[in-house]
Amino acid sequence: MTDISQFTGELLKSMGLFLPETTLIITFLVAIMADLISGKKHFAGYVVMAGLLVTAFFLMRQTGIESASFAGLLVIDPFGQFIKFIVLITTLLVIMFSFISKELHHSHAKLGEYYILMTGMVIGMFLLASSANLIMIYIAIETMSISSYILAGYTKEVKRSTEASLKYVIFGAVSSGIMLYGMSILFGLTGSLSLLEINTFLMNNSVESITLLLSGIMILAGFGYKISAVPFHFWTPDVYEGSPITITALLSVASKAAGFAVILRFFKVVFSAGLGSENVAWSIIGSIDWHFVIAVLAVLTMTLGNLVALWQTNMKRMLAYSSIAHAGYMLMAVAVLDNTGVAAVLIYFFMYMIMNLGAFLVVQLVADKLDSESIDIFNGLGYRSPLIAAVFTLFLISLTGLPPTAGFIGKLYVFSSVVNAGYLWLAVIGVLNSVISLYYYVRVIRNMYLRDIESTQPKLTFSVSALALVMLLAIPTLILGLYFSPVIEWANASIAIFTGH
Amino acid sequence: MEIGLTHYLIVSAILFALGLYGIVSRKHAVMVLMGLELILNAANINFIAFARYGGMNIDGQIAAIFVIILAAAEAAVALAILLNIYQHFKHVNVDEVKEMKE
Repeated sequence: MTDISQFTGELLKSMGLFLPETTLIITFLVAIMADLISGKKHFAGYVVMAGLLVTAFFLMRQTGIESASFAGLLVIDPFGQFIKFIVLITTLLVIMFSFISKELHHSHAKLGEYYILMTGMVIGMFLLASSANLIMIYIAIETMSISSYILAGYTKEVKRSTEASLKYVIFGAVSSGIMLYGMSILFGLTGSLSLLEINTFLMNNSVESITLLLSGIMILAGFGYKISAVPFHFWTPDVYEGSPITITALLSVASKAAGFAVILRFFKVVFSAGLGSENVAWSIIGSIDWHFVIAVLAVLTMTLGNLVALWQTNMKRMLAYSSIAHAGYMLMAVAVLDNTGVAAVLIYFFMYMIMNLGAFLVVQLVADKLDSESIDIFNGLGYRSPLIAAVFTLFLISLTGLPPTAGFIGKLYVFSSVVNAGYLWLAVIGVLNSVISLYYYVRVIRNMYLRDIESTQPKLTFSVSALALVMLLAIPTLILGLYFSPVIEWANASIAIFTGH
Repeated sequence: MEIGLTHYLIVSAILFALGLYGIVSRKHAVMVLMGLELILNAANINFIAFARYGGMNIDGQIAAIFVIILAAAEAAVALAILLNIYQHFKHVNVDEVKEMKE
């Protein structure tokens, strides 16, 4: 009976490593109960925030652990931990945005389900950041997607929001269906669902490379959908425009982070040879040039994102295309497929989280005041609310990637990892794209300050809590542009992806 | 003639193609969702056929069970969203749901 005791021992160890997720599930249930009992509008939101803080505590205690749990379905490693922290910080900030959002408060007496569904999404993203099994990846993607389909249409009395959720659910379901078909082919080729066992099989046997390429591209369609990479981006502008701004912010950062986590883990664990070795570069198995496939995706993604952003008239839609472009920059670092690339993606993501959430928060505040999301509402903002305009300028400069802001440091590391790996052409295209992006970001800044026609309009005043929240994001954007070594060290310590050795 | 792995794979490939065709060509949202179910079931057939004929362990069957459950959950959410679309637009024609433009 040694088998049974060994089995229960493994299970208990896995449950110990599963503490952050367990906390989230308990939070989910407690928030439902709390919402039923309390009559307060945001009560569930406070419960979820408390739950997320406890989760952060348990997550912190996993620092440095590299281990498989639940028979290899999930793995715990520093890489997953970094992504989970990004998800947690983003969700905490977005919950705070929701407290002051006017849009959500129109017709809902209580926002219980909103916060509960958000917790469901966080559970899905946590699982996705640590899954090491094809079916686990599928379940995690669906867990986060099903919650986010509902959240995209949460303001269901708004026509646009309903349309956003329809487009999200149809595109999302189709791309995850295609991904599943790709997974079934990969399962047939290699005879296993576990990423590690697939890797072992690919190392020791040769498989039909056309079939492998086909299944890889089908799986990439599912992942690419999550990070809105071209040509799987069709949903992004409509969903970002139609959803409540808070949900747009969450989708543009947290669900992208989870998507990048699974892409990096998939390519590292499945396709790199000699997993145990300490090599910085991953030698890719087989004759398929995955570097090139991802590099092409990166070029398409950033170029299309930046070019289409040029003629947008809705602020959320412009930021949607800008977030597509940012996914393209990060894909450049993914295309390198080595450890410096992973570090660059993590660094970029941390910076992107702060500046993108900041930009969305400013749009939310101004749009709530003026009941419009058009780019024109920002005209003359420099006179109407100097502080908010200054802060928004900072966020936009950071999104462009100019010093001395956080965005510059992120771009610097991405470009240097690409150049170090010898993809000079890719870096050149990336820099050209940054120049294009300068145009549409600076256009907004120009309209805020250099249109004095609107300067006669009344001043805008914002609540103290709103201003405090904006400063909470603006100060790090500036500081991380000057003093960034803690983030770099943290990211460099988090490049370890568990490979079973 | 012995029915083997190849036959199942052909059936699943046909189902996948039909599903994709349905999604692209149909305008009615419920039909699009049906096309989606075809894709998911094509994948299920693959999983089970590979597990049965490839001499693999029970992984394939387990995978198929999970997929069936998730497909049901997803369909429930999608139909609820369609109901909401109907209340706003008085139809569920995916081509004509276009409040937002480029």
